[in-house]
Amino acid sequence: MVIKTEALTKTFGKITAVNELNLEVNEGEIFGLLGPNGAGKTTLISMLCTILKPTSGRAWVNGFDIVKEQGKVRKSIGIVFQQASVDDLLTGRENLALHNLLFEVPKAVRSQRIDEVLSIVNLEKRADDFVNTYSGGMRRRLELARGIMHHPKILFLDEPTLGLDPQTRDHIWDYIKDLAQKECMTILLTTHYMDEAEQLCDRVAIIDYGKIVALDSPVALKKKIIGDVVSLKQKTSDIERIRKLDYVIKVEEKEGVLLISIKDAGKHLQDLLLNTGPIDFVEVRRGTLNDVFLHYTGRDIREAEAEGGFWERVMKR
Amino acid sequence: MSEIEGIYAVWLREAKIYIREKERLISSVISPLLWIFGFGAGLGSTVEKISGYPYQIFIYPGIMVMTVLFTSLFYGVYIIWDRKLDFLKEVLVAPISRASVFAGKMLGGATDAMVQVVYLIIIGFFISIPFTPLVILEAFLMLLLISIAMVSIGLVIGANLKSPEGFSLVINFVMWPMFFFSGALFPVSNLAPWLSAVTYINPLTYGVDAMRGIILGINHFPILLDAGVLVLFAAIMMEIGILSFRRM
Ligand SMILES: Nc1ncnc2c1ncn2[C@@H]1O[C@H](COP(=O)(O)OP(=O)(O)OP(=O)(O)O)[C@@H](O)[C@H]1O
Ligand SMILES: [Mg+2]
Repeated sequence: MVIKTEALTKTFGKITAVNELNLEVNEGEIFGLLGPNGAGKTTLISMLCTILKPTSGRAWVNGFDIVKEQGKVRKSIGIVFQQASVDDLLTGRENLALHNLLFEVPKAVRSQRIDEVLSIVNLEKRADDFVNTYSGGMRRRLELARGIMHHPKILFLDEPTLGLDPQTRDHIWDYIKDLAQKECMTILLTTHYMDEAEQLCDRVAIIDYGKIVALDSPVALKKKIIGDVVSLKQKTSDIERIRKLDYVIKVEEKEGVLLISIKDAGKHLQDLLLNTGPIDFVEVRRGTLNDVFLHYTGRDIREAEAEGGFWERVMKR
Repeated sequence: MSEIEGIYAVWLREAKIYIREKERLISSVISPLLWIFGFGAGLGSTVEKISGYPYQIFIYPGIMVMTVLFTSLFYGVYIIWDRKLDFLKEVLVAPISRASVFAGKMLGGATDAMVQVVYLIIIGFFISIPFTPLVILEAFLMLLLISIAMVSIGLVIGANLKSPEGFSLVINFVMWPMFFFSGALFPVSNLAPWLSAVTYINPLTYGVDAMRGIILGINHFPILLDAGVLVLFAAIMMEIGILSFRRM
């Protein structure tokens, strides 16, 4: 276990940002933290990288206690913060050179590492310009370059690809996967891009209100929660009958269209259509992590309009 | 070794920023000029000689101390900005100790102040301050000591506050009393008893006294006492500073 938390909690006044959270991340794993805004992802990472003290509970990073052995924890980690923390009045290269000194990169490989990461994020040409002349995406890239430069054992990435173009994202993920494999680096990342989590992460945890509500590999989560989604329009709607079929996971109605999650469309679609009776229209797609995410966190704004959110239901009474 | 490199890294960043922020450089040239020529020359025309020196020359050591005091104390505000703009996080998660981060910042602040001291020494030649190489060396070291103590106070306050506005408020309560009751503008001898009591507990008084001793040969206390008080005070402030940085 490279990262382990036990009932880890952080409160800010009345807000409980992280709520008795238990988590275990294995060595060499790329682990994703998903969750709506304010779920507590950044707070969790801040505690793990020792810049925030937990209110209660314990946690270990690389086997070191995050409160009692802060120095050792810091020696084991690298981090890319959600908010930019590169220095505006320094050049890209100067920022990286400082990082080399602060994070104890051996002298012999310093300049080589700088060139290496600059080429990964495609910033060679702008390396000697001041950071305050960079675009938002370029800053982000510099930040990423800095986070991976000292080849930490554990890398925390808080929304690392926020605002990056698809080319750069692709490039960076290839490199990170490579690093994780070659150096047996463990990566804990947060993201709001479900495709990214799906593509990259060995396991993901969905966090809401500071608690883990689901944890598994993206494939397993999709299988368990969503399966395949059949959307159809039918004339005679007998939802209860469909709901009772044993391969149906759940049924929803949205703007006159039935959304039916079933376990294996290839196998059960025909039977399902026999049960629905005549239909106007049908579409089958694989469930995505996005569906899983919404299933657990269910705070999609469109959802609230279509079906009546909590407040609308209250107001109707 | 890595701790020293860490200190160097933090210092280097401060030094680079100092050079690149034009406002900081310009104000550090202008403010000592204003004090010496505005205050010293202006007030000097109405005040008689003190201890055989024209007022402008008498207050020169005090102005040096004051410049170092202001620059050093105010330097603490940058740590609040760093934190606001998230620059500080990178340093706080680095594997170097907080004592080293503090040392780097402290040396950064002392560098700002000592650059001003160099200007002041150059100005000193123009207003015929009796400088010798030894005097310059001693003055430089003494001012460095004062600066280290004062930067530490600034960093302690900066590390414990969240807003720049709050910082200015607190710093003004520290800075002006320290300055007024230090004897920078008037001799410490022949003061009212309550006033001299206040000056005696003010660590800056010993800095001003030492500087006046070094440059003009006018001492109220033995120079070793001055230096001793300042070293002790600087050590205490550094300790508190390191503790504050650990809690950050
Ligand atoms: N320094 C702070 N003071 C007070 N409340 C805070 C502080 N930091 C975070 N919070 C609160 O804690 C909760 C969790 O915040 P956090 O930043 O961890 O969310 P997040 O999951 O990272 O969200 P996002 O996806 O928007 O980045 C939020 O309700 C936030 O308002
Ligand atoms: Mg966040």
